[in-house]
Amino acid sequence: MATDVHRPVTPTANRSARAVHVEGLTRSFDGRAVIDDLRLDIAPGEFVALLGRSGCGKSTLLRILAGLDRDIEGTALVSRRRAVAFQAPRLMPWKKVWRNVLLGLPGRPERAVAERALDEVGLGHRIDAWPKTLSGGEAQRASLARALVREPDLLLLDEPFGALDALTRIKAQRLVGELWQRRGCAVLLVTHDVEEAVLLADRVLVMDSGRIAHEERVGLDRPRDIADPRFAGLCARLLERLGVDTASEAA
Amino acid sequence: MSISHAPPSSPEPDISGISKSVETGPGQPEHSAPDLQPLVPASTRRTRVPRWLRRTAGPLLLLALWQLLSGTGMLASDVLASPGRIAQVGWDLVADGSLPSAMGTSLQRVAAGLLFGTVIGTGLALVSGLFRIGEDLVDAPVQMLRTVPFVGLIPLFIIWFGIGEAPKIAIITLGVTFPLYLNVYAGIRGVDAQLIEAGESLGLSRWGLVRHVVLPGALPGALTGLRYSLGIAWLALVFAEQVNADAGIGFLMVQARDFLRTDVIVVCLIVYAFLGLLADFIVRSLERLLLQWRPTFTGR
Repeated sequence: MATDVHRPVTPTANRSARAVHVEGLTRSFDGRAVIDDLRLDIAPGEFVALLGRSGCGKSTLLRILAGLDRDIEGTALVSRRRAVAFQAPRLMPWKKVWRNVLLGLPGRPERAVAERALDEVGLGHRIDAWPKTLSGGEAQRASLARALVREPDLLLLDEPFGALDALTRIKAQRLVGELWQRRGCAVLLVTHDVEEAVLLADRVLVMDSGRIAHEERVGLDRPRDIADPRFAGLCARLLERLGVDTASEAA
Repeated sequence: MSISHAPPSSPEPDISGISKSVETGPGQPEHSAPDLQPLVPASTRRTRVPRWLRRTAGPLLLLALWQLLSGTGMLASDVLASPGRIAQVGWDLVADGSLPSAMGTSLQRVAAGLLFGTVIGTGLALVSGLFRIGEDLVDAPVQMLRTVPFVGLIPLFIIWFGIGEAPKIAIITLGVTFPLYLNVYAGIRGVDAQLIEAGESLGLSRWGLVRHVVLPGALPGALTGLRYSLGIAWLALVFAEQVNADAGIGFLMVQARDFLRTDVIVVCLIVYAFLGLLADFIVRSLERLLLQWRPTFTGR
């Protein structure tokens, strides 16, 4: 979000060579700590995937980093220019696609700005459409264009492919990978799909009971091949970390 | 339609051509030819009389019966005038200018009442919908006042405002305010929290959120409220105009009552009905224009 109107999550933001710096972060709901003394650094331009079982606090962490949840304790420094794409596209149904893309940009941005962003996600032909006429994949791409038009240093993705069908998901994953390589922004992708995480990320984090329980660097060359045995091995290891025992399942 | 099957043991296959082509070769298990039933397109089974004609036939029959009863004298004219007589009187009232001038007066009253009611109702709804302190201060009193039947306030209004235009407009205003308030308020509070959050994450200011997210989201509710309000505005007009009016449709009716002119009364009732229809049409057009983004919209 090109949100100079927004305050940093904590007022003590100082410039550092990190897109995200979080230390001792705690978020409690009714006395129960959903995020417990969490530590996380993301370098500029790094693609980080955050895995975890449902209810482990990964979406809460993303909402905090997006600045949407400020009932927190601890230090959290986040790029001022950040953008979010949610699991549901959350387009304003009463605005045409291009107006949705430009919504919230400072000043009076021109239609051409939206056109460029929509072209980039391959949606240039639907610029004048109402959101109700978009398919699920198209709406998600429009939501992505709305995030990218803010030229973020940090892109927060909250299971953006969760609601897509399998074929559309593959295309959308590829699109995000391309956009990330072209834009060079840091990405935090929250997901529960291990394959997706290993396919896209430089670093995969596994979150459990409010902390980063495990961290895995993905050393594979891009573009990555799902059929690669090292890929499969990495996935199996991460699944095990998540408490899914692939070996016993196969037996 | 009834679904009837040919008896399974029917000796003759229903469709001989196909049955022949599935003649089983030697060695293959024998399949009996399945019973095929032609599925007739629904359109060919419709009756010839068009729907609109069938739908207009009912009212026309009623009208004819009414004319018949009046013509044979079974329905006395001081109970209810005949349709022909009503048409004649309606034409006369239009020709001598008394009906148009009465309509003008009544329309002005409704317009003024609607305007004030809309401003007050929407204004109050915005205050209590957008601000928590506004809700605490405004909502409870409005909900209490809402339960008072507004027609019952006519005597009080006459004492306060006299017998001129003011009490009539005040009654309409009062009737219009509450349905608008309730619906706009509910509309504002019913806006999807996820969209608000998305707007926040896009960097919208508080006023930007109101303008781009909350108000458009409350629009369907507001238009529903407007529709209710228009209906109540006509009702309030009828009540208001039967009290000490010296112009307007209601005045025409009171006058006609004094002279036992059922024909004039019916003409006035028809005028009320048409004005109501017109108002409904206007709101429908507004909805078509303003709510075309709605996924549920089907009124094209």
